[in-house]
Amino acid sequence: MASKLAPWALRSGGRALRHGMRQQRRGFQVSAVARNESGFLNVHRDTSDNNLSIPFKFNTQNENLIKEVLSRYPSQYKKAAVMPLLDLGQRQHGFTSISVMNEVARILEMPPMRVYEVATFYTMYNRNPVGRYHVQCCTTTPCQLNGSDGIMTAIKEHLNIEDGETTPDNMFTLLEVECLGACVNAPMVQINDDYYEDLTPEKTKQLLIALKEAAEKTGAGGHAPGLAGEAGKEEVSGKSTGKQPNVMKLGGEGYTAQGVSIPAPGPLSSRISCENSKGQTSLIGDPPGPEEWMRQDGAL
Amino acid sequence: MLSAPSTKTALRSPAAATKNTLRALTSTHDGAQQKRTMATVQDAPASHSRSLHDKDRIFTNLYGHHGADLKSAMKYGDWYKTKEMLLKSHDWLIGEIKASGLRGRGGAGFPSGMKWSFMNFKGWENDTKPRYLVVNADEGEPGTCKDREIMRKDPHKLIEGCLVAGRMMNTTAAYIYIRGEFYHEATVLQRAIQEAYQAGFLGKNACGSGFDYDIYLHRGMGAYVCGEETSLIESLEGKPGKPRLKPPFPAAVGLFGCPSTVANVETIAVAPTIIRRGPNWFNQFGRERNSGTKLFCISGHVNNPVTVEESMSIPLRELIDKHAGGVKGGWDNLKAVIPGGSSTPILPKKICDDQLMDFDGLKDNQSGLGTAAVIVMDQSTDVVRAISRLSKFYHHESCGQCTPCREGSKWTEQIMHRFEKGQAREREIDMMQELTKQVEGHTICALGEAFAWPIQGLIRHFRPELEERIRGHAQREGGEAMAGGWRHGSEKQGMLISPGQ
Repeated sequence: MASKLAPWALRSGGRALRHGMRQQRRGFQVSAVARNESGFLNVHRDTSDNNLSIPFKFNTQNENLIKEVLSRYPSQYKKAAVMPLLDLGQRQHGFTSISVMNEVARILEMPPMRVYEVATFYTMYNRNPVGRYHVQCCTTTPCQLNGSDGIMTAIKEHLNIEDGETTPDNMFTLLEVECLGACVNAPMVQINDDYYEDLTPEKTKQLLIALKEAAEKTGAGGHAPGLAGEAGKEEVSGKSTGKQPNVMKLGGEGYTAQGVSIPAPGPLSSRISCENSKGQTSLIGDPPGPEEWMRQDGAL
Repeated sequence: MLSAPSTKTALRSPAAATKNTLRALTSTHDGAQQKRTMATVQDAPASHSRSLHDKDRIFTNLYGHHGADLKSAMKYGDWYKTKEMLLKSHDWLIGEIKASGLRGRGGAGFPSGMKWSFMNFKGWENDTKPRYLVVNADEGEPGTCKDREIMRKDPHKLIEGCLVAGRMMNTTAAYIYIRGEFYHEATVLQRAIQEAYQAGFLGKNACGSGFDYDIYLHRGMGAYVCGEETSLIESLEGKPGKPRLKPPFPAAVGLFGCPSTVANVETIAVAPTIIRRGPNWFNQFGRERNSGTKLFCISGHVNNPVTVEESMSIPLRELIDKHAGGVKGGWDNLKAVIPGGSSTPILPKKICDDQLMDFDGLKDNQSGLGTAAVIVMDQSTDVVRAISRLSKFYHHESCGQCTPCREGSKWTEQIMHRFEKGQAREREIDMMQELTKQVEGHTICALGEAFAWPIQGLIRHFRPELEERIRGHAQREGGEAMAGGWRHGSEKQGMLISPGQ
């Protein structure tokens, strides 16, 4: 008997050993930031900050917004509002936790699984907590040609984290992303909702330093707004750093916090938006009004 | 091809019909030398004659000359005589678009007038269902950043376009599906929509024309594949954005099961200006069947990257030299150009020298105009790596619905990654070509083609470079790698290698 068992035991023992040694390649997403690839399995695992026992309710302001959002879609297609609602939930809670998804499913009267499907398909839903500043660096070909490798290295070195990781103080999360659609202003990063364009490694570092300083001075803690660190929110003045005399960056307005001036979103070069940096080659002067070019055949 | 019919005619009437007169008959162009091309039945003029002046540019606020608000938009011609336009019949309006020769600006270049006329099928009046216009503002093609500029600087052009184009198709409401990353752009656009509502241009009795019209904004959440029309509809309905099988086409069963049409931002935004200025004005730019003006995004290795509105059919070299300050290090330093966004095949310098930027001209050179996003690469570029990065992009963005695309995009990414280092066998280049051919046409949406074409373009024009790399790797490693990327001689070390080496 033993002689019959021995070869089997040897074979399977070896297999078991090999199995243990082999690195698991399947991407169960437990800790890393969501990487939405077609080959990945999107599995929820209960963690201390993301489990069913953590309650979530929309606040009054968002309740009103939800009413407005729902009015945009036909009443029998309530579930069309799932994407905007998940986004609202993410903004309120800091990330799209399982409770946020369940609450959205409850409001829209859809099976929770349909909400999970949506939340796992789209890359902008963070199903794990992210830092206060979610730095998304574009590395697709047009950015790559203009030196996004250098930007990526600069961010990694400055923050001392790798792609997909969050700094220990929960201030920054770095993510390498695909084309963000600002190729003429390459290379660029998106930090939360804002585009910072025409970067150099040096400018990127300065930007990260300014952001961190602003957050620290206002007493805002790590993690995205909504999680923790609501303190100091009022200290941020609405004073725009984007509007200088005659120059307004066309990427939105920056702000000043406790004396720290955050660069206005948009190109961090001399450009305003997508024009030729050596001066405009078209649209020089005041464009003509309609009476100068209206059709003359009398049809209108 | 041309000689056969011309000799026939010459036999019938020996006096008159020579080759030259026949050519003169088939073309309206005056006497320029033409060469017959495969993709077009009729020769288009070999060059464009008119250059674009500032007074003919549609997007006057491309560089932020004035604000995005309603007042300044009206000053430069938006919302001018909109009521008169709305009161015209839909047949007349669509006729004007057809006459202008406008082709869809989202990549495929389908004639817009024809596409929009599908909405007014026989008996549409008896259908009580709502009808929708869906604007595709999910701009995600690497290299493309034109819709973004329209939405954050000229939002009223788009909103008025929705109303006018929506009237042509007799739609009841429009949804603008904007990509989620464009948060600032969505804010500007939403503000502009509210302005238009307050001014009475939208909502009940829009512009006093008696029609009711609503425009809603819907933000996407970061999926490239949602730029495909049916997956955009799926996404708008609150589902994962996986493309639908066609037919039924959206004009029959679209958004919320109702007739709908999906159109690109730029196509919609130019429509009111075409009606206001007349189709002949629009048609005079560019070659035949490629008419109009177009926003070009020039990125990559140029001295001053720029987004600019130019006439269609402008020569590529003129476009780069005139607006983008030339290629870094001069034109001779050019290596290759991706002419229309990442999914169009790459073109080497020798083709770029006299390439016209329009749908037919690029199709003749086995590429495409796509979204007119010109990605320029100079001699310093690692062109294999550039295409390999695009393979990674498509692998990331494949929705996973069709097997050829889901698996093929992963394989091509892995193989391209090996090609970067030359860690492959020469015959794997042919295998790669075959693989991409197997994907093409076997997927529901065009993402299969989109990741196959750049690789095919690379093999077509840069095969020597790929082979060079493989030889270099063989030299370093003491022999050519085995197929599948295994090290030279790994079969002797008893390592598992794929069969049939």
